[in-house]
Amino acid sequence: MRPSLADLPLGQHAEIASIDCERRLSRRLMEMGLLPGTRVRVVRVAPLGDPIELRVRNYSLSLRRAEAAKIAVSPEEAV
Amino acid sequence: MSGSAALPQVLIAGNPNCGKSTLFNALSGGSAHVGNYPGVTVDRTSARLRLGEQELELVDVPGMYSLTASSPEEQLAVNALTEADTRAVICVVDATTLQRGLYLALQLIESGVSVVIALNMMDSAERIGLRIDTERLSQLFGSPVIPVVATKRRGLDALLAALDEALEPDSGGKKANVTYPPELEADVAKLVPVVAQWRSGTAPSQLRVVALWCLLSLGEDSLRGVPDDVRKAVHGIREAAIAQGRNLDLEIISSRYVWLDDALGQACSARDPRPSWSERIDRVLTHPIVGLVIFAVVMLGIFEALFAGAEPLISAIESLTGFMQAQAAAILPPGVFQDLVVEGIIAGVGNVIVFAPQILMLFLFIGFLEDSGYLARVAFVIDRVMRGVGLHGKAFVPLLSGFACAIPAVMATRTIERRRDRLVTMLALPLMSCSARLPVYILVVGTVFAGQSLGWFSAGAVALFSMYTLSVLVTLAAAAVIRRTVLPGPAPTFVLEMPPYRWPSAPILWLNAWRRLRIFLVDAGTIILAMTILLWALLSFPKSADVTEHYTAERARVEQMAGSDLEKAEALRSIDSQEAADQLANSLGGRFGHAIEPAIRPIGFDWQIGVGIIGAFAAREVFISTLGVVFGIGEADEENTPLRQALRDARHADGTPVMTPLSGVSLMIFFLLACQCMSTIAVVRRESGSWKWPVFLFSYMTVLAYIASFAVYQGGQLLGFG
Repeated sequence: MRPSLADLPLGQHAEIASIDCERRLSRRLMEMGLLPGTRVRVVRVAPLGDPIELRVRNYSLSLRRAEAAKIAVSPEEAV
Repeated sequence: MSGSAALPQVLIAGNPNCGKSTLFNALSGGSAHVGNYPGVTVDRTSARLRLGEQELELVDVPGMYSLTASSPEEQLAVNALTEADTRAVICVVDATTLQRGLYLALQLIESGVSVVIALNMMDSAERIGLRIDTERLSQLFGSPVIPVVATKRRGLDALLAALDEALEPDSGGKKANVTYPPELEADVAKLVPVVAQWRSGTAPSQLRVVALWCLLSLGEDSLRGVPDDVRKAVHGIREAAIAQGRNLDLEIISSRYVWLDDALGQACSARDPRPSWSERIDRVLTHPIVGLVIFAVVMLGIFEALFAGAEPLISAIESLTGFMQAQAAAILPPGVFQDLVVEGIIAGVGNVIVFAPQILMLFLFIGFLEDSGYLARVAFVIDRVMRGVGLHGKAFVPLLSGFACAIPAVMATRTIERRRDRLVTMLALPLMSCSARLPVYILVVGTVFAGQSLGWFSAGAVALFSMYTLSVLVTLAAAAVIRRTVLPGPAPTFVLEMPPYRWPSAPILWLNAWRRLRIFLVDAGTIILAMTILLWALLSFPKSADVTEHYTAERARVEQMAGSDLEKAEALRSIDSQEAADQLANSLGGRFGHAIEPAIRPIGFDWQIGVGIIGAFAAREVFISTLGVVFGIGEADEENTPLRQALRDARHADGTPVMTPLSGVSLMIFFLLACQCMSTIAVVRRESGSWKWPVFLFSYMTVLAYIASFAVYQGGQLLGFG
């Protein structure tokens, strides 16, 4: 199984593979620029462990882990 | 709104946090009219704008990421766009997050309206190393792109010149044109004839755009005014697409982003921007330990300001109201009219403006947190806790403010994006133990627990602490229950942009806080004033001629008596208090208190407390002054010794004391849970947009209060307390 955004280690770049969740949320995420092929990185985790903060298309977006778990990613090879 | 309806409209649209409202204020010079969009509880902020010979109405459309809509609130942007008076749109784009901002601009251009793109925060973009070729961008989009810095009023003249040109018919050349996949175009072609019947006036070239919008927006929506055959057609097309393994949403959205990525590749330097100082601040502010400490300090600061900082201002307003009442009483001849002015109108106006300090303070704070970017971090830090009860992280500040006063707290719920989440929060937060409940607790504790202790602590302290703990637990429980029963639906998602930190502009903070206050004074204020007058009438009429006659005779008797002037004055004052008590007992409110006695007896109250509860509907602390009148003491506060003594001496018909520790706890719990506050009702009416929700709020809180007090009082008696 592909890893999801929720599994991504802090700071690791990845490419979004697919978004598989309820339509309203997936549409919202896509319209905010999270599309298959878009590069993302988890930059921060909230003090209580959830939500997490992503860096995508030059801005920061926070998501709950439950939501991030529905976004499959392919991690980039460490350079 | 009627006066300006004929003016041509220019909309200002943009993402949240893009500086849209700053630009609106810069263009309008701060003068704005705040109204309401029809059918939804969203503020419609507009201002007049002179552009050469033309007079225009500039409308600040709420922040959005897209024209796609699934609720009436999201729909209003599309509606505003298709209004006949709309001539142009200024699309504000934060230059540091170009792609996402231009995604909206692209949709606006597709919709066929004249668009001017205001590229805001160009200074920040340059600082982080972004180079944007606005000429090239303008060619690609077929719309003028004007670099501006709204906070420094830079680029406004160029923007207005471009707007002036955009208002000319057929001003633009070739517009941006996204290429969609052929199979999607085939779907759109199928939908166009159906859409054409719905939008008969629309130009054929635009029907395609409407069809695209329908494909993306319809399905599981609550949009208004979409005909059934359009819905059916969209449903059919979507089902067919899914059967072929296609995702229509993805096809539409990614086609646009592909076009955008290509355009930006041509117009922007591809250099990876440097990490900004915002990142560095975040390392501290969302740090697991330091972040939580700072969070607690900021929240305590807000709390302290609302609780203690507003106090002198509130006292000053109350003194002023008292002074005005005394002046009016001195000028006007005694009688019903004087009472109406003094106890109805002046008291009512006082009841409204007494909220002004807390509302202003809270909105200055929230404005600062929001504009600086910290409010999003507050939600980020605390969301984990709020999620447990089905609330959004942004519900935290309103809930916390509820400890001070529900009125500004309910108004603060407008920072929460979705209507359902906002309603759950505003229906639960009046259960937070606000500062108006404290005097009632103090009176009760001083009456029934004076000098008693429980272990190391005084009984009063334990009682007070229990009330505050209970209020938090009940509020969270109520939110969870309301979320699951009255307002069911998908749990709130937490897709929240973390905007870069920015230093807020003081004039804009003031302007926004003042606008909020003005809305409260006008909309909620009129309801509060009307209710104050109604309540005054209820507790004043009918006047008993017998009582008046009896006390007139009493006064005459005292005047005749031998004795010093001081003694006479004392006796007369006592007669006044007695008369007020008798008149109140005879009034509708007094009779109502008697009438409900059988209902409140099982929770430990008698008719006198019943009258106090009715009076407390004006505001909870009025319970005390009403009791002062009921017991013939005159003016009284919670520290008043005669009142406490009178309460201790009060007896039920069977001779048992009314106020026992058990009935005291029952009374405190009743005040904790009941919605004894007409101003809360008024402000929930304003913020929810209908009477349905305040009526529900009042009903559920009253029922809850009664059941809880009943359980405590009856249970306590069974267990032998009492």
